[in-house]
Amino acid sequence: MPPVAAPEAGFPWIVLAILLPLAGMVAALPLGRHARALALLLIPAGLVVALLLAAQVWREGEVTYALGGWTPPLGIALRADGFSAVMVVTTAVVLLGVALFAQSSFRAPPGEETRAALLFWALLLGLWGALNAAFLGNDLFNLYVALELLTLAAVPMASLEARAETLAAALRYLFFALAGSVLYLLGAVLLYGAYGTLDITLLAERAGPEPVTWAAAALMTAGLLAKTALFPLHLWLPPAHAGAPAAASAVLSALVVKASFFLVLRLWFDALPGVMTAAAGQLLAALGAGAILFGSVLALHQVRMKLLVAYSTVAQLGYLFLMVPLAGGGGAAQPWDAGAWSGGVLHAVSHAFAKAAMFLAAGLFLRAAGHDRIAELRGMGAALPMVTLAFGLAGLSLLGLPPSGGFIAKWLLLTTAMASGQWWWALVMFAGGLLAAGYVFRALTPLLARTETPVLPGRPVPRHQQWAVLGLALCSVALGVAPLMPFALLQVGRPEAAEEGIG
Amino acid sequence: MTATLYGLTGAALVGIGLYGLIVRRHALRRLLAFNLLGSGVFLLFGAVAERAGPGGDPVPHAMIITGIVVALAATALGVALVLHLARETGRAEPDPPEG
Repeated sequence: MPPVAAPEAGFPWIVLAILLPLAGMVAALPLGRHARALALLLIPAGLVVALLLAAQVWREGEVTYALGGWTPPLGIALRADGFSAVMVVTTAVVLLGVALFAQSSFRAPPGEETRAALLFWALLLGLWGALNAAFLGNDLFNLYVALELLTLAAVPMASLEARAETLAAALRYLFFALAGSVLYLLGAVLLYGAYGTLDITLLAERAGPEPVTWAAAALMTAGLLAKTALFPLHLWLPPAHAGAPAAASAVLSALVVKASFFLVLRLWFDALPGVMTAAAGQLLAALGAGAILFGSVLALHQVRMKLLVAYSTVAQLGYLFLMVPLAGGGGAAQPWDAGAWSGGVLHAVSHAFAKAAMFLAAGLFLRAAGHDRIAELRGMGAALPMVTLAFGLAGLSLLGLPPSGGFIAKWLLLTTAMASGQWWWALVMFAGGLLAAGYVFRALTPLLARTETPVLPGRPVPRHQQWAVLGLALCSVALGVAPLMPFALLQVGRPEAAEEGIG
Repeated sequence: MTATLYGLTGAALVGIGLYGLIVRRHALRRLLAFNLLGSGVFLLFGAVAERAGPGGDPVPHAMIITGIVVALAATALGVALVLHLARETGRAEPDPPEG
């Protein structure tokens, strides 16, 4: 096959979105103490690239790029549809907030080079490249490599503070992640053996409902669920996310678990839409419902704030999987097509902003008070009003109260559940909302309590860190005020199964 | 015939590896189990390539090599974590027995 380059293709921002962070990671290692400066330069540049890619998808529709000019099945293609563009932009915005937050906490003293400072920035860039590769890949093996790269960057991130418990948590995380990716690879091998390609677009044409495809889909889904920490495979998440430094927890909880969720949707809706059955969708949502109820109840019981936020991630991940059986339902009840699909994606995005803000806020309370035991944080609200406001706003989005991104997302999922007669998922969402109110207010009440003597932070909290937290929380609320633009973008290249449902 | 043999051996390795990964507590044993599991998958991939006829299909070969590199990197990270953990706690188990 001769190399063919599409003549009408615009500038390949899609390639730059992956290349920029990965080149940055490689360059960061020899740069040593200047790695921080490099990352602080590259992350805003990457946001510009992400926005340009989104604009390209918006104007020209789906963007595909055959690497080296070799078209699939021999070559490997990159593809950006509306969903991937939204995820790439979200990643860049969250990383910008986290980088602004971390620029003072991971800074080597003048003339010195510290391990934590170098590692944090190099890992952050590597993680970013892996995330973009996962959002933009269109080849199942290429996506496997992206997933593994993500694991190799995320696990050391979780153990940056090399204490015994964080090392144990990181090791547990590594085993879950490795088992997950090897199951995913096994499924990919079966698909290649049956259909001779791993290109998602070609697979969608070739794969039919037969035992080998079901086995492959089950293996790949199970592997991805272990990496997404969906109930009952969530055991690794709370200690790993709560034990990392605040900036690392924010990235792990807001973005890393979303990449494997994104691939579940790619697999079910894009690669194998004709293979999945409605019963399989109900099973996936049942696991999601288990996550919502179980995760929320455990979050209510936590004594430490970072663990509470981590268990709330377990619960909120559950909502994402409710969209699988709901996709395709309730068209007439909503102003937009594919309401459940859009609602699920919007939930992924607004949760990313809200969770990043909450973990960073929890990190600041920990810094100011020297501990993060919720009951003993009484009166902190008066000492750190901006951070408390951010925590509250992010909590608003988790609860699904208007006006917030979480409200629109949950409203879309709820109306679809009602309109398509699947009222049992609506019940789970109501219960989840109540429980979320419980754990958010449990964390907020001591913060807002009036104390006899004003509480002073033990260590000063820099202004720029407070602004970074508030900015991320405001992003999650703003999604509820101006959701129309991401909605229209989301519809570009939306899989048919998202509108018609699976099975 | 050889493809079938490779395939069956690969499937057996996947089973043994999965068993070890779930049942064993010691982190090094788990890492070894992960490598067995990986080798099983690679062997299956080789069997798929073999079926394409004389000379085989080169695409799975390339993927196996990539997969081996990834598994090596993951194993190295795992061993580093185990060593660090053992230095901190004197144990090489992330989940100590209850009680």
